[in-house]
Amino acid sequence: MRSSRSFSLLALAASAALLAGCAATPGTEPAEPTGEPVADGAFTLYSGRDEELIQPLIDLFEEQSGIEVDVRYGNTAELGALLLEEGEATPAQVFLSQDAGALGALSQAGLFATLPDDIADAVPAGFTSTDDSWVGITGRARVVVYDGDELSADDLPDTVAEYVEPEWAGRLGLPPGNASFQSFVTALRVIEGEQAAEEWVEALAGNDLQIFENNTATLTAVNEGTLDVGLINHYYWFRQAAEVGAENMRAQLKFLAAGDAGAIVNVTGAGVLSAAAEDADALEFVRFLVSEEAQTYFVEQTFEYPLLPGVAAPEGLPALDSLVNPALDLSDLDDLSTTQQLLAQYGLI
Amino acid sequence: MIIAPEAVEPPRRPAPVTAPAAPRRPPGLLVVAAVAAAAAAAIPLVYLVVRAAGGGLEGMLEILTRPRVLEYAANSLGLAAAVTLSALVLGTATAVVLSRLLVPFPRTWLLISSLPLAVPSYLAGYGWLVTLPAINGFVPSWILLTAVTVPYVTLPVAAALRGASGDLEGVARTLGKGPVRAFLVATWPQVRPAAIAGSLLVALYSLSDFGLVAMMRFPTLTWGINQAYAASFDRAQAAVLALLLVVLALLVVVGERSARGQLPRQAARAVAPRTIRRGMLLALLPVVAAAPAVGVAVPLLGLLARLLEAETLRELDVPRLLGAVGATVGVAVGAALLAVLLALPVAALASRYRGRLVSALESVSYLGHALPGIVVGLSLVFFALAVVPALYQSVVVLVFAYAVLFAPKAISTMRAGLGDVPPRLVAVARTLGDSPLRAWWRVTVPLALPSVGIGALLVAIATMKELPATLLLRPTGVSTLATELWNRTVIVEYGAAAPYAAMLVLLAAVPAVILSGVRTVAKEEL
Repeated sequence: MRSSRSFSLLALAASAALLAGCAATPGTEPAEPTGEPVADGAFTLYSGRDEELIQPLIDLFEEQSGIEVDVRYGNTAELGALLLEEGEATPAQVFLSQDAGALGALSQAGLFATLPDDIADAVPAGFTSTDDSWVGITGRARVVVYDGDELSADDLPDTVAEYVEPEWAGRLGLPPGNASFQSFVTALRVIEGEQAAEEWVEALAGNDLQIFENNTATLTAVNEGTLDVGLINHYYWFRQAAEVGAENMRAQLKFLAAGDAGAIVNVTGAGVLSAAAEDADALEFVRFLVSEEAQTYFVEQTFEYPLLPGVAAPEGLPALDSLVNPALDLSDLDDLSTTQQLLAQYGLI
Repeated sequence: MIIAPEAVEPPRRPAPVTAPAAPRRPPGLLVVAAVAAAAAAAIPLVYLVVRAAGGGLEGMLEILTRPRVLEYAANSLGLAAAVTLSALVLGTATAVVLSRLLVPFPRTWLLISSLPLAVPSYLAGYGWLVTLPAINGFVPSWILLTAVTVPYVTLPVAAALRGASGDLEGVARTLGKGPVRAFLVATWPQVRPAAIAGSLLVALYSLSDFGLVAMMRFPTLTWGINQAYAASFDRAQAAVLALLLVVLALLVVVGERSARGQLPRQAARAVAPRTIRRGMLLALLPVVAAAPAVGVAVPLLGLLARLLEAETLRELDVPRLLGAVGATVGVAVGAALLAVLLALPVAALASRYRGRLVSALESVSYLGHALPGIVVGLSLVFFALAVVPALYQSVVVLVFAYAVLFAPKAISTMRAGLGDVPPRLVAVARTLGDSPLRAWWRVTVPLALPSVGIGALLVAIATMKELPATLLLRPTGVSTLATELWNRTVIVEYGAAAPYAAMLVLLAAVPAVILSGVRTVAKEEL
């Protein structure tokens, strides 16, 4: 017992030295290509997307390719923080993310390898990274969810600007800390300009906004009748409808006018970690995610928009093209920090 | 830096056996062991300082001066203060009713009052939201946190009452004091150390809780920390907020030390419970039943209702459930053992010695308990990769993380238990020729063993319910009941989640039930 204690003392001293070392050398070098792709028939995936939704797809991939996938499930934010903490030492080869924000943060930290063209170009520009460090996989539209017992779609404004008017005081709820919401605020800044975006946030904060921790909690509040309207992503509604039956849903969805910042489409995506730049197994999996088979799976199981051209969107959703804002490139949305300062300034985060 | 710790004041009562003067300095070996334990507990702190410094001084100031941050801190502190006070009052009242009054089935009631320990706070919050979706903010957070933390006060106070001499209270009553006044004068001083130690755990729990405040939409510092990780991937910002939380925790720990006081132990006789009228008994029922009803019954009924209306009820994957049970029990046992080992030297030091070094070591050892799991988890990712990369994502690091998070639960109970061992008994063993270590092993250890057991059980319960650090540190592919439950609730599959929630509460109830039966130092036998 005594030796283990002196060991922990030693370990602590060593860690202190190492901490100093780590702190002194931030940033990461891009991985050196080693030439030939390597394949050992297995790789590790960090999945920020849920096991129930992703595992069947992985099982299919394993069966078809013979490649073994070790999956670590977690939520996107925590796995993103974990990958940043692990840096080059990560055991992961691929990161599957729930949102573009996490991918952008990891890309900016230099943790991703550049994807080969056949993967990077499979998805149209605007739904993927601009530097090929990650690839978009599915799309998710921002929508208004409303209490169908109290309101009808015709009662609701078509632009997000109108939802901060006094009429909606205390009746609007959303999760300000959520990445998708923040992407939308960034889009508002890009489309309407900084001044208009700030006015919107100020009006929002001053309108007795109901704050929630995440999209699910917001949807639940509307569905239980305790909140009139909320701003969320479209598929949360479809998931809950699959759980309790669409006819039992009190909450209903409204899509805002095309071109409005409140109707932007966010994406999920995947990146290959820099040390695995030449890992053929990892690349094979990412290639599979943007294949017709996997894209169809997402449409049928998660009600998201497919990003591969030629795969049809889920029924009951407006066409993806109708939501795309030609004035907006997803890569314009990487300036999250200004958005967060804006939200912090008005006490929302 | 070397400050000689001063020995505790010797007991004021003349000791029947002539004891050698209490040692003025703690044994060197004990100090070394306690320093090692405190160093382990300080890993998250080192990590936070490194990360916060990454943002630069200007960045730190910018974050700390945000209006929202002030609100977070005020909310954290206000919630912790309110929960601690209400848990202290309710827990002490429950313990008194169950130990001092002739109630039907006192053991069963004590068992029931321990059950809220088995319910993770996020589950309690969720269960209530199913029933009353509109609740949010301070008041429900306060009530629910009180309900799930009350046993931290009830159980040690009930144990202390069993050992306390009650004649004094009877004397006070015959002298014309009312029941409350008589309790405060005669009995409260005897249970105060146990009640205050329990309150410390309640306060730290309230500061570190994220699951419940997130459900109740009450923005505390832990909420802010999670937002910093989740929305901005801003580790510097999260670290600054976490350090602020550490400062609040230090206030709590220092406050506890001054409130704790020191108590000369008295030989005790069991006190016969007093009989009371049936009407009075019924009037006291809400006191005893409040926490189990709010913290266990309502949430579980809410979950059951959700289960019945869910359409995702599917065939249960039994091997998978059993695998999660096995992993949960395994890590809980490992964590309990390691936490007790880490807690032992700190508790031994704090129970017998005072001084700045002792205070500092004890305070540092408590801090892990005030931090949310995600912070401790990330700090150990950082530490393991830097120091023992071969063990990264192994069970060893995971169990170590639990020990850092929950050792304070063991320290607090073991400190009280070790402090209760009469020094004169140790002195007797010494005069019979035992070496200090041998005297400690033959006298102190057997007498303090129940408190070690309580500490281990508390750690095991907390480990079973832990989620964020488990998600970060578990070996890839290993699932506990908490991670399996999380897996299913994130995608609103309540039907699929229910068996895991039920199993988690059942499993955590086992140590909780044992806890309600463990007696502290065998005072009755003295």
